[in-house]
Amino acid sequence: MSTISRDEVARVAALARIDLRDDEVDRLAGELDVIVDSIARVNEVATPDVPATSHPLPLTNVFREDVPAPALPVADVLAAAPDAQDGRFAVPQILGEE
Amino acid sequence: MTDLTRLSAAELAETLARKEASSVEATRAHLDRIAAVDGDVHAFLHVSSDDALATAADVDARRAAGEELHPLAGVPIAVKDVVVTKGMPSTAGSKILEGWIPPYDATLVEKLRAAGLPILGKTNMDEFAMGSSTEHSAYGNTHNPWDLDRIPGGSGGGSAAAVAAFEAPLAIGTDTGGSIRQPGAVTGTVGVKPTYGGVSRYGLIAMASSLDQAGPVTRTVLDSALLHELIGGHDPRDSTSIPEPLPPLVEAARQGALGDLSGLRVGVVKELQGEGYQAGVLARFHESLELLTKAGAEIVEVSCPHFGYALDAYYLIMPAEASSNLAKFDGMRFGLRVEPTDGPVTAERVMAATRGAGFGDEVKRRVILGTYALSAGYYDAYYGSAQKVRTLVQRDFDAAFAQADVLVSPTAPTTAFKLGEKLDDPLAMYLNDVATIPANLAGVPGISVPNGLAATSEGGAGLPTGFQILAPAKADDRLYRVGAALESALESTWGAPLLSRAPELG
Repeated sequence: MSTISRDEVARVAALARIDLRDDEVDRLAGELDVIVDSIARVNEVATPDVPATSHPLPLTNVFREDVPAPALPVADVLAAAPDAQDGRFAVPQILGEE
Repeated sequence: MTDLTRLSAAELAETLARKEASSVEATRAHLDRIAAVDGDVHAFLHVSSDDALATAADVDARRAAGEELHPLAGVPIAVKDVVVTKGMPSTAGSKILEGWIPPYDATLVEKLRAAGLPILGKTNMDEFAMGSSTEHSAYGNTHNPWDLDRIPGGSGGGSAAAVAAFEAPLAIGTDTGGSIRQPGAVTGTVGVKPTYGGVSRYGLIAMASSLDQAGPVTRTVLDSALLHELIGGHDPRDSTSIPEPLPPLVEAARQGALGDLSGLRVGVVKELQGEGYQAGVLARFHESLELLTKAGAEIVEVSCPHFGYALDAYYLIMPAEASSNLAKFDGMRFGLRVEPTDGPVTAERVMAATRGAGFGDEVKRRVILGTYALSAGYYDAYYGSAQKVRTLVQRDFDAAFAQADVLVSPTAPTTAFKLGEKLDDPLAMYLNDVATIPANLAGVPGISVPNGLAATSEGGAGLPTGFQILAPAKADDRLYRVGAALESALESTWGAPLLSRAPELG
């Protein structure tokens, strides 16, 4: 029995901005339970007294000198873009129609 | 004349320095080898013949002019396709980046170019490094040179196979949960995951930023040390880069090869053997321990009780970070753009259509797992709890390194399995990395050294096994000392390198 429903998968896929076909939603609904199993095992030892570690080596406040350096040439960057216009990325309409 | 593709990188470098062969000859020999065998192996996604030969010719001219060159100048190299290379396609094994030509070089690629290493091309990999078999590449499987029906490991199966098949003496890999070491184990090659922060991540297409690390893929321990010293060191463009210099690695490898490990304490990790490990893999492991003992090392057993939770923590942390890192593939600035077939063409709908069309199954699976783990209400319970396990794994390492100078285990629990065998069973696939993942969670360095052949359940002549050595953070030199000692002891019992027993290809 799947604990993560089809609807839940569809909701998360929308958050992740990935169009899924119906068969993909079906398959993932069966597979995402793995995360529930993992968290159950992790919680056997992840007790409140244990601090979290986000990075293997603690480095804090990594600064560099505030010296201007050349950026990538605009033409080189735009050459790899799906669409460009007037020295800028050309993107689809940003807001949906009301 | 010597077959230049059969030399180690160190031997080839000496041959070039003595002017017994030119870099153009060496590069051409490897390009010819690629043309002859890569139809079967499919280690490469892109071969950059012109670029490589131009670099080689330049190095030859500079050498002829008496210029002082880097020791590896003129020695060709293959680069995993997850590392961006200016003017050369970089797809990370994904359709979403098909045809993308990056406008800049990764820091490690800049170093390769500055040192004059001809780049032969880009190697195949699981899409965005998500996999342990290279079967999740959008561009077809890579085949293990020892048995073309089997997987070369992953995600860096292309780099490992290229080196094992003598298509390149050196390659670059990346290791998030074992993607350098596990392919090394199953192809009979050497792979090193440096200490986290030891090699710049600038210009790596990130999967899990707190785990990813680039490193060498080679046929000998010394070659890995030479390449590691070249690509490693502080990079101000990577804020997680270690600011101190690397320990002397080449020196450690040369010293280790002398075979004296007196005074060294080797910790066998109790939790990384036994159930789930193939009998032949364990047999080779115990033989290697005997060789280390003969070399003067003291073997102690250590316990790392939280390693049993590492795989679960990894499969929460890695997808969470990947889902965030892969948000940049939105169809706006680079790569694929797909418009929805019906309805309004808005940026959000283009992004969803692009990712639906451009990402493969395993990438979708992990991005959705990660999005779920990070979504409202779950962050603390999932990502937060997994990070606590990270602390526990680090404490296990600290306690173990108080009792031993290095820790050891089999690199992978089994030899190479058949293509397709585990593709429909993600959990079985994930278990390949059970012995390598703890090092990524803790940031400590690890090496896999080929330590023999083991029969599969179907019998046969045997397939390569790997011996993993782990050292404390920033003590990467210990990997090379112990790895080179083991390699030299093994090769004196074998009479030749393991790869000399691999089948002829082409």
